[in-house]
Amino acid sequence: MEALTVHRIQFAFTVVFHYLFPQLTMGLALLIVAMKTLALHTGDEHYNHAARFWARIFAINFAIGVVTGIPMEFQFGTNWAGFSRYSGGIIGQTLAMEGVFSFFLESSFLGAFLFGEKRLGPRLHWLAAFLVFLGSWLSGFFIIATNAWMQHPVAYQPGPNGVLALKSFWGLMLNPWLGWQYLHNMIASVVTASVVMAALGAFYLLASRDQDYAKLFIRIGVTAGLIASALLIFPTGDEQGRNVADYQPVTLAAMEGLFKSAAGAPLAIIGQPDVQAETLDNPILVPRVLSFLTYRRWMAEVRGLDAFPRDTWPDNIPLLYYSYHIMVGLGTILVAVLALAEFLLWRGRLYDTPLMLWVLMLLAPFPYIATTAGWMTAELGRQPWLVYGLLRTAEGSSVAVSAGNAIFTLLGFAGMYSVLAVLFLFLVYLEVERGPEPETQAEPQAQTVA
Amino acid sequence: MIVTYAVLDGFDLGVGVVHLYVGRTEAERRMLLRSVGPVWDGNEVWLIAGGGALFFAFPKMYALAFSGFYLPLIMVLWLLIVRGISIEFRSHIESVVWHPFWDVAFSAASAMLAIFFGAALGNIVRGVPLSDSGYFFLPLFTDLTTSGQVGILDWFTILMGVSSLVALALHGALWVTLKTPGELRKRARQLADHVWWVMLAMTAVLLVVVPLVQPHLGARFPDEPWGVIFPATAATALLAIRWFNQRGRARAAFLASCAYIAGMLFSVAFGLYPYVLPSNLNPAESLTIYNSSTSDYGLEVGLAWFIPGILLAIGYFIFVYRSFAGEVRLDEEGY
Repeated sequence: MEALTVHRIQFAFTVVFHYLFPQLTMGLALLIVAMKTLALHTGDEHYNHAARFWARIFAINFAIGVVTGIPMEFQFGTNWAGFSRYSGGIIGQTLAMEGVFSFFLESSFLGAFLFGEKRLGPRLHWLAAFLVFLGSWLSGFFIIATNAWMQHPVAYQPGPNGVLALKSFWGLMLNPWLGWQYLHNMIASVVTASVVMAALGAFYLLASRDQDYAKLFIRIGVTAGLIASALLIFPTGDEQGRNVADYQPVTLAAMEGLFKSAAGAPLAIIGQPDVQAETLDNPILVPRVLSFLTYRRWMAEVRGLDAFPRDTWPDNIPLLYYSYHIMVGLGTILVAVLALAEFLLWRGRLYDTPLMLWVLMLLAPFPYIATTAGWMTAELGRQPWLVYGLLRTAEGSSVAVSAGNAIFTLLGFAGMYSVLAVLFLFLVYLEVERGPEPETQAEPQAQTVA
Repeated sequence: MIVTYAVLDGFDLGVGVVHLYVGRTEAERRMLLRSVGPVWDGNEVWLIAGGGALFFAFPKMYALAFSGFYLPLIMVLWLLIVRGISIEFRSHIESVVWHPFWDVAFSAASAMLAIFFGAALGNIVRGVPLSDSGYFFLPLFTDLTTSGQVGILDWFTILMGVSSLVALALHGALWVTLKTPGELRKRARQLADHVWWVMLAMTAVLLVVVPLVQPHLGARFPDEPWGVIFPATAATALLAIRWFNQRGRARAAFLASCAYIAGMLFSVAFGLYPYVLPSNLNPAESLTIYNSSTSDYGLEVGLAWFIPGILLAIGYFIFVYRSFAGEVRLDEEGY
């Protein structure tokens, strides 16, 4: 295997695994603030118990998010030295800002939030929850700012020795790619957290336990999930798609499986791209919709892959195409299921409809899959560039690190993350078993130390 | 940044190093972990923020050093994972099998990290084979000598690693003395007392050895005598540690230990200046703060947000440390 391939697999593997955890914690932080707010306003202790329960789930996810997040920042230097050297003057800014502005905030107040409910009192404890939320969403902002710059580089100028230097700080922060990508990503994290919350509520109801909490989880989860998943499609997903059309038209063509330019281009719902023959096999097409979605005109011309030189095509078109279609397909299904659940909730029949509870419970993995597929769309769509239009992926990796050394660390990460995954599932299972109801017998408090 | 990280995460690493020895019973070990529980994560953020600051201010240094130190850096990442997980997950299950496992994992990972960080500093002091191609790659070890084809580990970097282990063990023991009551405190204080002698010996050896390995490091002091303030601080602090520890003034002893670590690191930084990564092949190929930093505009922007950002962070730290000030008690809540 070539060293470049190993570097790519290692980064892809570690980042996909890492992001399984923050996508829950960022969304959950918002929902915990919502529960703490409800507790303050209604005085209902259930909300506080529920917030404590989710804080325990949060803490497990957060711990794995932190320990798998540190390798992400450091791999820029270890595995992608060419890229770091070339653009460190720019993306180093956003990455360092993440550390300074969000991690300090998040980690300081997470400690205060988890250990300090009695010492702080209800209002300060609410504030601690809010600051954890703020920190985690700021963290998301700086990471998306970094990625947005790689997708659509702005505010740079050539510096000495062929590397880039920052030209305008505000240009970097106000990158036209950044706003919609940020909202799209953060709202997706709310969907993940909401669906997980609703699914757990459905599980408790089906298991006939913790009924009060179960209903509370379902109420919050289904409602927040429906709003968020609708916002994912419109306006954020729609605008994100049009950014791709404007700045990465070749990526749009590959995502949609559009090999030939066409006026009144159809939208492919299903089909298998055959890159050799440059066709889409077994397609189910909706006429003219792609033109409309992209340019708001039914007969607009959409450029297909044939309009671009082959060396600018993304290097894995089928995987890009499938990732994109899985994201959109699952996103649509999520909206439909959550809308139905919300309707039943409104009619007062959801808690007595086991079939719907089963569907809700089994929905839990799908936001994770959709989010991962969405990120694969973004990252595969950026290929063959590491910094779009400026630096090819092949030029960005560490030339000093051989394939053998990279495989060694890739295997190490694979082993270590497998252990983490097992531990994670086990510990979350224990928390789910333990449930949100505070233990009644006066057991020694120290046994529940986080 | 790096110094702050060393001083802060240093004590929780140090707690890990002495964890198995000082904490004999389950309750004692739990108390040790509680003393670092609310703060270790924040301390570690200094490492991330330091890495980020290095990234934007010295992108070339970041790229060359991180890919050159590939294997040890990735191992440091693994150790950080093991260590973080041991602190967080240990308390989730009540079992006589589960707890000792994480105690050993926590302690071993902490000790290895202390050694790795010392060895990393040793590599920077000694220099790396930077040539005109820019990139280099260091194997883990070669023939354990400090010249020619060097590896990450040679006799000098191992010595630095062990010194770092000793210094952080002392630092951690002093933190435990400050933060815990009773038998635990007594044992930590005695340990600090013993380790202090080792530290004294190590410091003396380093004073002789370092200028031999990196002649540039000693050369700057005669020209700019004010720099002597850094090693002088370290030496004074070292004596102060013993003085305060003997008299049971735990806070002063811990602060002296902070000053010792900061003094040693500043001495190295002062001595190396303007180098940030010397070449052991050809001094002209060394990375300096001039040839590896980003544009002036980038540095100005960085400073403009960095200073208020760090002030804010210090504000949070003061808040959290005050909220959790005082000795650790086990009867407090926690999820």
